[in-house]
Amino acid sequence: MNESIRELKLMANTIRRDIVDIAYKAQGPSHPGPALSCTDIVTALYFNIMKVDPANPQWPERDRLILSKGHACPVIYSALAEKGYFPKEWLETVRRVGSHLQGHPDMKKTPGVDMTSGSLGNGLAAALGMAVYLKHEGKSSQVYCILGDGEIQEGLVWEAVLAAPALGCDNLTAIVDCNHLQSCGAVPDIQDVPGMARAWEDLGWNVLRCNGHNMEEIVSTLEAARDFRGRPTVIMADTVKGKGVSYMEFNNDWHQKVPTKEQYELAVQELEEARICL
Amino acid sequence: MSVKYDTISTRDAFGIALVEAAREYPNLFAIGADTTKSMGFKPMMKEFPDRVINNGIAEQNMAMIGAGIAAAGGRAVIATYAPFASMRISEQVRTFICYPDLDVKIISGLSGLSGNIEGVTHQGLEDIGVMRSMANMVIVVPADAASCTIASREVLKYTGPAYLRIGRGAVEQVFDSSYKFVLGKANLLDAAGTDVAVICNGCAVARVLRAKALWENAGIHARIIEMPTVKPIDAEAILAAAHDCGRIVTVEEHNVIGGLGSAVCEVVCSGDAPCLVTRVGIDDMYTESGPHDQLLDKYNLSPEHIAAVVKSAV
Ligand SMILES: Cc1ncc(C[n+]2csc(CCOP(=O)(O)OP(=O)(O)O)c2C)c(N)n1
Repeated sequence: MNESIRELKLMANTIRRDIVDIAYKAQGPSHPGPALSCTDIVTALYFNIMKVDPANPQWPERDRLILSKGHACPVIYSALAEKGYFPKEWLETVRRVGSHLQGHPDMKKTPGVDMTSGSLGNGLAAALGMAVYLKHEGKSSQVYCILGDGEIQEGLVWEAVLAAPALGCDNLTAIVDCNHLQSCGAVPDIQDVPGMARAWEDLGWNVLRCNGHNMEEIVSTLEAARDFRGRPTVIMADTVKGKGVSYMEFNNDWHQKVPTKEQYELAVQELEEARICL
Repeated sequence: MSVKYDTISTRDAFGIALVEAAREYPNLFAIGADTTKSMGFKPMMKEFPDRVINNGIAEQNMAMIGAGIAAAGGRAVIATYAPFASMRISEQVRTFICYPDLDVKIISGLSGLSGNIEGVTHQGLEDIGVMRSMANMVIVVPADAASCTIASREVLKYTGPAYLRIGRGAVEQVFDSSYKFVLGKANLLDAAGTDVAVICNGCAVARVLRAKALWENAGIHARIIEMPTVKPIDAEAILAAAHDCGRIVTVEEHNVIGGLGSAVCEVVCSGDAPCLVTRVGIDDMYTESGPHDQLLDKYNLSPEHIAAVVKSAV
């Protein structure tokens, strides 16, 4: 196996450990399932694809990431801490009074967070604004936006989907974390849209697909998206909500929940076992 | 002083009234935006699954489906969290629900600081201000679970646009099943006081009642008015308080701009006994994540802070 891919897999495992820690130690329930489903994608972005400088979070030339499904923020908090944007001890303060790490991403309080989010449906339009501006400024920065497959039911997402090709933003990559679950149940039980990928294609987007837990595939798809010219790209990433912790996988109870001590220890043990096999 | 909490959340307390209303009105529909499990719809969903709709994570669509159902002759109840229930859908509410005076009830959860650990994105700090500026709107803010069920019944009986502001978890208990709610009427919790009048609603009521012991130690006898209906507001009760006490303190879980305090000022300054009003609430700023009680304490609603304001007002 390619050494850098192995490094990424180890980092994804570390981030999963942090997410489980946050789920157990944060103030009240956080959202472990939604964070675990996009862990491999976020790892590939921060540790391979994105041009960023943790020592200079405001570096104008950097790539940008908007976590539009902001409730998954434990994954971003962990990735930013592991990158060195802030001390890892901050992870113990998630959701507490006085914390830099809010219940949903706050660009003023957390170094490395490029846009405030948490109210679903708004991130892609903001990503589009960033892409328009950075292109106009002649920067080579790429803008990434991670959305939930439930979140794309929001109308505003589609206003941005329609506008992006017209604005010629090929520096914009949207990633839909297709874990097939949302708050109140399975996405297809609430709105069954078999032609979702085709819809983006028909509206002018370059559509790519990948297995959102296969690191080689994630990296090569993100590279293809970055290098594609002329139109914005959307990656439909097939994922599992709760990926990496057996009892959280496919189980929407873990959308927002605190593990018991036994559950926490089991998750830690499973992730340690998985690490040895990497 | 020991604090007693409700055994059910205000969302579940609303759900009790919702299923009763669904039995009474066969044309009542409840619509959620991926909130059918989190906004008290469960009992109605069990009994009347055909009249509960989850239209996906799409609040504006939810509001307009509600408007459409009402315009076609039905009664609609729509529900989501306060920032979305007030601001995400505000133009839909104003132009397509309030302007045509349609029978749509907006149920707003996680209001005030009860969006707690989620942080500012999920807290409703300005919702009353937004909703209060729309003509035809009725706004009700219950204090706890028991009064929430009782007030919800009246809101659901009322025909026309209404905004019911509820919370997230179980809150401090204030009332029991003997609670009386009349739409548009204040509830005098201590009618005799004349040193100062304290006007409050929502979660602030429990905290005012805890502060009461502190100002009474200082020999102050305050009139305490619960104002569960913010619109139409009980001007008579406010003017009587201004006349009898000559000094008013308002206490609410909302920005001090736009909410109950502002509504009280509007009444007082146009009455014939104008008096000073001190507004206690969130000081026109953004708050943060944390447990509800800790946030209430930090953002001006601790009994100690309320008592200090009341004392300095006298
Ligand atoms: C505008 C808005 N409406 C509702 C919510 C409440 N909410 C938080 S997460 C969630 C479900 C998200 O589902 P999905 O996008 O599929 O992401 P997943 O958690 O499954 O990864 C909802 C409805 C919100 N945060 N913002």
